[in-house]
Amino acid sequence: MFPIILRRLALSVPLLLIVSAITFVLESFVPGDPARTVLGINATQEQYDALRAAMHLDQPVAVQYWLYLRDLLQGDLGSSLFSGESVLGLIGQRLPVTLALVIGGTLLASLVGVVLGVYSATRGRFSRRLFDILSLLGSAVPNFWIALMLVAVFAVKFGFFPATGYTPFAESPGQWAAGLVLPVISLSIGGVAFISKVTRDAMMSTLGLDHIRTLRASGIRPSSIVWKHALRGCGLPVVTTIGLMMITFIPGTILIENVFTLPGLGTTVVDATNQHDLPVVQGLTITFTVMVIVVNLLVDVLYSLLNPKVRAE
Amino acid sequence: MTTVEAPPKARSRPRTNPFAGIWRRPVPAAAFVVVVGISVAVILAPLLAPHPPLAQDLLHTLSGPSANHPLGTDVLGRDVLSRLLYGGRPTLIGVGLAVLVYAFFGMSLGILAGYLRGWTDRVIVAVLDVMLSVPAVIITLAVLAIFHQSNAAAMLTIGFFASAGLARIIRSSCIALREELFVDAARVSGLGPARIMARHILPRLTGQLLVPVFLFSGNALAIQTGLGFLGLATPAPAPSWGGMVGEAAQIMQQDPYLLFVSGGVIGLMSLSFGLVGDGLRDLEQDRRQATGGRLRRPVPATAPQDANKPSDAPPDGAVLAVRDYSIAFATAQGPRTVVDSISFSVRSGEIFGLVGESGSGKTVTGLSLLGLLPPNGAVTSGSAWLAGTRISGLPERELQGIRGSEIALVSQEPMVALDPYFTIGSQLSEVVRRTGAVPGGKEAVRQRVRDLLTSVHLRDPDGVARRHPHELSGGMLQRVVIAMALAGSPKVLIADEPTTALDVTVQAGILDLLRSLRDEHGMAIILITHDLGVVADSCDRALVMEQGRIVEEGPVEDIFYRPRHPYTRQLIASTPSIAPTEGRIA
Amino acid sequence: MTGTPVLRLDGLAVRYPSRGFRRPPTTVIEDVSFEVGEAETVALVGESGSGKTTIGKAVLGLTPVSGGRVLLAGRDITRLTGRARRLLSSDLQAIFQNPYGSLNPALPVGRTLAEPLLTSGSTLSRAEVHEHIADLLRRVGLPEDAAGRYPAQFSGGQRQRIAIARAVARRPRVVICDEPTSALDVTTQAAALDLLAELQRTFGCAYLFITHDLAVVKEFAARTLVLQRGRIVEEGPSAEVCERPRHAYTRRLVAAAPVPDPVLQRRRRQERTDMRAATG
Repeated sequence: MFPIILRRLALSVPLLLIVSAITFVLESFVPGDPARTVLGINATQEQYDALRAAMHLDQPVAVQYWLYLRDLLQGDLGSSLFSGESVLGLIGQRLPVTLALVIGGTLLASLVGVVLGVYSATRGRFSRRLFDILSLLGSAVPNFWIALMLVAVFAVKFGFFPATGYTPFAESPGQWAAGLVLPVISLSIGGVAFISKVTRDAMMSTLGLDHIRTLRASGIRPSSIVWKHALRGCGLPVVTTIGLMMITFIPGTILIENVFTLPGLGTTVVDATNQHDLPVVQGLTITFTVMVIVVNLLVDVLYSLLNPKVRAE
Repeated sequence: MTTVEAPPKARSRPRTNPFAGIWRRPVPAAAFVVVVGISVAVILAPLLAPHPPLAQDLLHTLSGPSANHPLGTDVLGRDVLSRLLYGGRPTLIGVGLAVLVYAFFGMSLGILAGYLRGWTDRVIVAVLDVMLSVPAVIITLAVLAIFHQSNAAAMLTIGFFASAGLARIIRSSCIALREELFVDAARVSGLGPARIMARHILPRLTGQLLVPVFLFSGNALAIQTGLGFLGLATPAPAPSWGGMVGEAAQIMQQDPYLLFVSGGVIGLMSLSFGLVGDGLRDLEQDRRQATGGRLRRPVPATAPQDANKPSDAPPDGAVLAVRDYSIAFATAQGPRTVVDSISFSVRSGEIFGLVGESGSGKTVTGLSLLGLLPPNGAVTSGSAWLAGTRISGLPERELQGIRGSEIALVSQEPMVALDPYFTIGSQLSEVVRRTGAVPGGKEAVRQRVRDLLTSVHLRDPDGVARRHPHELSGGMLQRVVIAMALAGSPKVLIADEPTTALDVTVQAGILDLLRSLRDEHGMAIILITHDLGVVADSCDRALVMEQGRIVEEGPVEDIFYRPRHPYTRQLIASTPSIAPTEGRIA
Repeated sequence: MTGTPVLRLDGLAVRYPSRGFRRPPTTVIEDVSFEVGEAETVALVGESGSGKTTIGKAVLGLTPVSGGRVLLAGRDITRLTGRARRLLSSDLQAIFQNPYGSLNPALPVGRTLAEPLLTSGSTLSRAEVHEHIADLLRRVGLPEDAAGRYPAQFSGGQRQRIAIARAVARRPRVVICDEPTSALDVTTQAAALDLLAELQRTFGCAYLFITHDLAVVKEFAARTLVLQRGRIVEEGPSAEVCERPRHAYTRRLVAAAPVPDPVLQRRRRQERTDMRAATG
């Protein structure tokens, strides 16, 4: 198992380099001058030149990138051109919101999706058709619209949950949770559809396999066959799908955070893009990439735990 | 030259057009009409729209549907229908561009990697890995920062990064196709790589392109409208579907109506893309299974009628009896009878051969006795009796009580007959606990598992119990499967081609084991096989089946030395023998 | 056997690199040498894992060879690739085990049969190809209209006839038959073997017949080679090998094969049990 993790980690280094290089090069084409942005229009030419030099803007892009990487290795992601806040600090402050959304959404979607999928696999043809349509509806309708509809019904009409805004956990765990209910549900609906469909298909093909017939021929109860043996056989495709879904949740939070005005990475990245706040965009891109790498790593570990052939090696 | 088999019923020509047949399915067909209809309406917006999309009518803001404004007006009194028609343009253009890039890069990268393999493959796969790990939406935001509010630039970026997923699918199908025997055969026939790709590979891949394209169209639509919603893709007053949702959201508290209209058209379009994609996939699956259509309902099993008719009672002395037993399968052409009113009895302590070639109905007969027919098959007449109890037509719940403890199965492919995720020991103990009625706790179950594994002559029972199926050879696995079948001390053991997948030296050992188990436990064994050598080796009596009917039944000596039916004679004559020919009776 | 053998293997070896660091490569076949004469049938018999299929693939250039040589009519073809390998197709052909997988399901039978006829080096006109295909179909006992139908419309035995027709289309000198009948029913198998024998008499092609079943080759092949774990352990006239096996492994193989004769089989089983008791 460790070789797999090591391999994945080794691959993630060039990946991070490539992603940061792509954004760096792209951002270097952005019209406008960061030094001007920081200083405003009233600065003197001397101040301006000094800042340009301090920000390495007088250097070629490759050198700028190299200097950026050097700082990165020392844990310095620079600071925002607007607020002057350290980018690392900003990420540390916004990350918990996004993580809560992604993890909450993944848990909800996996749980509901797997149960629904297994249920529909063991029912008749009509309920399967109905389920197909419902799951397609869930995956087809854009999540920001679902979010708006949930707000319209549960927040505006009934007032069950706050429509927008965020309460930190430390302030009030109850309100923190209440504020996350609608965002997590909106994020996970597409995922529920995705997971349940994959689970259903995997379940149906697993139930047709020879070893399931052996178990049936041995008089094993259907509940044990379905929930113990067949579900275990679906492990690999389902875990892969959960991983893929989690990866789509990461950018998915951008829209959801904007609908609910949650102070997460998604709202931050949209604002930073609009303001050409390069260091923040850079830092966030790297953070998002690291999140993707961590999810892939988790999937790999789960994979090797699920597969007796890999585990044995 | 001997007989030439009759060709099976001519089927229609295999279709290569992936859309063929979509009109016979109402839901995907309707969705396809919606996709085309909305697209055409959006393209013809200047002709169809009742008002200019930006014309304000401040006297009629937020009016509901009326004759002048079929879908009402927005907060500035602009006509909603006209804005939807014009607003679809950036959205659909964006989706179209994304799909073009997606299909182009996905297809070309996938085929190059999958067919050329080697270094090209390794490089492309590495690139694909990077593309899939990049948070594409974030890069898109960066692109939007450079090309301010450029819908095209954003959607091209999305299409490019998403194409990695398609390239992976195409690559693996391409690799699978390369490994197909017919590609080997084409190579041996002397075809060059270009011709193989053109004739054998490309046509089979284009069919696979459509499903992902339609599914991706839905995603691209969601992303495009999402960008529009954030106000990133289309400059302000101009309408776009996502932007209209954003405008509607701002007045949601006063009037949620516009939210339904704008979101509804996005949802409808997106759903239609998905439905067409799913429909095409179903069609493709049907074609691959060559059923020519979906299977209809299984044939209903006839109710166990006349249960007390005298002729329906089990004959004395037989542990298993089958009377006027028929089995049918539902097919696209209607029900097909595969076993046609057969009757036979098996006595305790006897090895009874069920002999026939493919399509004779021998395996189906065996499975039906356990109630394990596939869902589209059913017993349509007659009855089966096990130790004086009627077992045909029993509800599933009661069958579960019988399976494993009264009647058990040893199947053909030992390599796939056991659950790969559990150790031998845990699978056996589950069966022991379920059927073995072992008094006492864990230790008693473990002892019983050890005894069972010993009884099938496995040398190191504890070691075997700790292993997973993939760590054992085919012969050992078949012994484990037999041990599992013995767990409930069944009266009848159905062995369906138990040695067909095994080497001949291993086969001899398994047949020896079955015989010795019969001697020890006195159960009846029904040995289903196509191999007359196996019948001669192990069976006491046998039944020869041809196309669902019994052609001959009797002690094996009679069958081999005094065959009455010409089919039996032909079978014996065709079976090659390793023995010196003078020993054979032809 | 007179003159140059049409096919000769000389110390052929195939090894696959093992997974893992510095592990020795896995040997699939090692030091395999034999000859196949003009219009002769040589059987290659072995159980699973014996490497018999690998030998066939190595001869056809479908798997890389690690050592030794393959000579076709005296010419070294071991490492031919690309165009040179394709030109061999007129002399070297194959029939595979699975008649369901070896025909492209999307092509009508006629186009599959035309493939070997239209490859590089062929000068046949369209009409000649058409005529040739009709002739082939007649020879393998299929109706002439079969050319317009698809593989799915034929039974397993008929598909194997189509595969046989494709293999002999250009009158090759050697045909590699990899378990060509093991997926077929016994009655169909007998008919397919008859067909192969008849085509050999007509066209004079040699067969390398790869199989797990000694009984099948006993009457079909002139000579038999027995393969165990990648090496040839016994070689001789088929009847000799089957009736008087010399090597212990061949003896086990022969003893284990059941014969369709209850009385004789009972005696053989007893002998086998005695043999095992004697050797422990």
